[in-house]
Amino acid sequence: MTPIQEHRKGNELLLDVQGLQTWFYTRDGVVKAVDGVSLHLRPGEILGLVGESGSGKSVTGFSIMGLVGERGKVRAERMMFDGYDLTKVSPEQMRNLRGNRLAMIFQDPMMTLNPTLRIDTQMIETVRAHEKVSRQAARARALEVLRMVGIPAPEARLMVYPHHLSGGMRQRIAIAIALLNGPKLIIADEPTTALDVTIQGQILYEVQKLCREMGTALIWITHDLALVSGLADRMAVMYAGRIVESTSTQALIDQPMHPYTHGLMASIPSLGTRGEPLFQIPGSTPSLLNLPTGCAFRSRCYRADAQCEHTPETRALAPGHEVRCWHSGERI
Amino acid sequence: MTATIIRRLLQTGLVVLVMSALVFAGLYVIGDPVLMMASPEATDLEREAIRRNLGLDKPLWEQYFIFLSKAVQLDFGNSFLTGESAMHLILERMPATLELATLAMFISMVVGIPLGIYAGLHPERLLSRSIMSGSVLGFSLPNFWVGLMLIMLFAVMLGWMPAGGRGPVEDFGPIQLSIFNWEGLRSLILPALTIATAKCALIIRVTRAATRECLPQDYIKFARAKGLHERRVLGVHLLKNIMIPIVTIGGLEYGQVFAFAVVTETVFSWPGMGKLLIDSIVNLDRPVVVAYLMLTVVFLAMLNLIVDIGYTVLDPRVRLGATAS
Amino acid sequence: MSRVVEPMQLDTAVEAGTGRVATTRWRRFVAQFASSKTAVIALVVLLLSIAAAVFAPWLAPQNPFDLASLDILDAKMPPGSTNFDGSLTYWLGTDGQARDVLSAILYGMRISLFVGFVSVTAAFVIGAAVGLVAAYFGGRIDAFLMRVVDMQLSFPSILVALVLLAALGKGVDKVIIALIVVQWAYFARAARAAAIVERNREYVEAARCMALSWHRILWRHVFPNCIPPLMVIATIDLAHAIALEATLSFLGVGVPVTEPSLGMLISNGFEFLLSGTYWICFFPGIALAIVVVAINLVGDHLRDILNPRNEV
Repeated sequence: MTPIQEHRKGNELLLDVQGLQTWFYTRDGVVKAVDGVSLHLRPGEILGLVGESGSGKSVTGFSIMGLVGERGKVRAERMMFDGYDLTKVSPEQMRNLRGNRLAMIFQDPMMTLNPTLRIDTQMIETVRAHEKVSRQAARARALEVLRMVGIPAPEARLMVYPHHLSGGMRQRIAIAIALLNGPKLIIADEPTTALDVTIQGQILYEVQKLCREMGTALIWITHDLALVSGLADRMAVMYAGRIVESTSTQALIDQPMHPYTHGLMASIPSLGTRGEPLFQIPGSTPSLLNLPTGCAFRSRCYRADAQCEHTPETRALAPGHEVRCWHSGERI
Repeated sequence: MTATIIRRLLQTGLVVLVMSALVFAGLYVIGDPVLMMASPEATDLEREAIRRNLGLDKPLWEQYFIFLSKAVQLDFGNSFLTGESAMHLILERMPATLELATLAMFISMVVGIPLGIYAGLHPERLLSRSIMSGSVLGFSLPNFWVGLMLIMLFAVMLGWMPAGGRGPVEDFGPIQLSIFNWEGLRSLILPALTIATAKCALIIRVTRAATRECLPQDYIKFARAKGLHERRVLGVHLLKNIMIPIVTIGGLEYGQVFAFAVVTETVFSWPGMGKLLIDSIVNLDRPVVVAYLMLTVVFLAMLNLIVDIGYTVLDPRVRLGATAS
Repeated sequence: MSRVVEPMQLDTAVEAGTGRVATTRWRRFVAQFASSKTAVIALVVLLLSIAAAVFAPWLAPQNPFDLASLDILDAKMPPGSTNFDGSLTYWLGTDGQARDVLSAILYGMRISLFVGFVSVTAAFVIGAAVGLVAAYFGGRIDAFLMRVVDMQLSFPSILVALVLLAALGKGVDKVIIALIVVQWAYFARAARAAAIVERNREYVEAARCMALSWHRILWRHVFPNCIPPLMVIATIDLAHAIALEATLSFLGVGVPVTEPSLGMLISNGFEFLLSGTYWICFFPGIALAIVVVAINLVGDHLRDILNPRNEV
């Protein structure tokens, strides 16, 4: 394997994505699911990627993993991961990275695990796909990881089928599988959305602990801004295939700049808003098949004017705080 | 689990009983076999004698009772035509049909499953579309026509295989089979191909549909996300899931082929149970027909049960009678 | 971008009679059908075959049933040969009774298609009625009717037909009856399945609230929405019926010798096959295969475009 290492020495970034575009060519037109996304991650950093359904956040995750289906075309000015140029690696090299240095956790634990295969089979194969070890060694590693994730009686868990386990347990196992080969980056696509609220908190806490302990970077994709703000170092807000604001979590909460972010924050019910009508961003997300020209948020934005017919570029308003809006910097 | 099996067995028994009544009543309507058996010059007295001899003068329900009591002992009476035990006649011809059905289904699976998977993986490609069009051809062409065409091509024009009949047989314990010697295989291949044409088409369609359904599932995506080799993703993760409907349908089709290979056996003069059946129907040889139908009903019911049990083995989510966790 | 066919739309089209809703839907259906070249070709072939069968007396060079027109010396002549005075070309050869094979095929196709269409239509009507009634009333009526259907379907068609024909004897009408008995169950099951989906929709409840009689509800509201899957079944069943009739005639229990269908012709030709006189059996076989495959291709494509899963 010949990684393109020339950037590695000077650059601390684990993941460096610039100008990612993932377009799906369907019979009804081109769906620009991801249209110019740039994000970066340092080793061990936790990024929260926030957006509504249809904002393209999951597709961003798949694009980085190389799991976009046949209908989609992934283009990027730059997509570097751990020294590898993801736009240039061969499918075999990509396969080697997946599950190894780069892992993913899916949303619905119900169907993530193959219902006809035992848990130990599904874990052992992950290890043996990347390393030539014996079944026993792989099994031992599986047990170790299961303990690390806090699953009681791991030996028994290995011998059952997925449908014998609860949703929370299955998701923990999915997390364990992601951790099996000591990845540098885990992309978690709404991992707790399908689980009970109580379990959500537990899993959030455990994932955070593990990432800190193992120094694994994490991209946590979610629609729940409140949830991820307790976990992430940095946040990026996505709308209609573009990132509209990205900064540290603290800065986002203290000083959101983009009107959409304002709307998101304002919609979060809290003790302060009790008894008052809940805030709603007017309008609804546009269909990705016919996005309006210019700023995609234009039709719902209280700041929109004629200038917004041109697509705003991403500007850094403060160090590390980037916004895609003509009118950012103006307070509410 | 055991309780459910027992319950299913009882249900099966009930179905068999009802079927037996239907079969019996149905054949009673068919016609008077005595007219067939007695010579045209026979007097009425003689016909009466034959009737009494065969017990055909008794009331219907009594005949049915006698029939049932004997049936349990597997005694279905003797053929009106040859006088031999009906059961014996059928069992004699069974191995021939057995090897025909087995070879036919084997060919169908071996050819059909890979083609179906390919068509499911790449539905837009030309080869896939040809496979699907071919499958339409496979099950729309009438069985006997396929047989005739095969005979015309391979037996008459090319002379590679005989046009009919069974090859030399070898003894395997109580039964005789012709499949394990070369000459026997030569005779077996054309009739097996005839049956396999339609069944292969069915298997292709089922496999393709199952593949199309399983491929977009999350666990396939997750398997790829884990970095597994594509051949493992398809060969283990996909295959284990599509085998469920394939085995279910394949099993049931096997039963159908085994029980009702009537047309193929006629075209190829294959001395199997099917040919016996149609000859018996046409000749109104009631004991044989009744025996055959009863055996078939029992066989198919048992097969259904076995397939259901097999289904639970294949799909760990399903447990006969168990409740979900 | 959903293209769900809402029952209300269908109903309005039926009730309103005319209007752009209906036209657009029909046009869309035609466009969808035309998207498969194979199916269009198959449909054309099928229509030509039907036309050939209908106009057989005018198209056929010879009437094979007119014994006077047959010259026994011309028996078993290979394709392309002519008769004694050159007035008649036996394009596809002649059979053992000196009948022109081409003419026999045209007349035979008549019988095959006739038997097929009549039996399918009757089975459609009977089966759909049973299925709709079962679905609408539910409960024990439903359970009973479906038990009957299931029991019938557990036996292969060939067997049921054989037993029936052994009882009934030979004849075109008896074959049709046997085919109807064999087929109605498929229609019943499909009609019931479609009707059950419809039964739970709101417009049926609304109609019930308006105290419409049950047969009006069934006929005017539920039935039109069940037509698409039933049409698919009808098409494919037509092919099965024709093939089944051919099989039965081939086995000698179908149509009588005086009214030979394609299957009977093939049966007659079978004995000559082994001695090299292949055309007596081969050409009727090709004709049968073409018709059956064409119907199946059309039906298959119909199923693809009318399948509700494809609509959304």
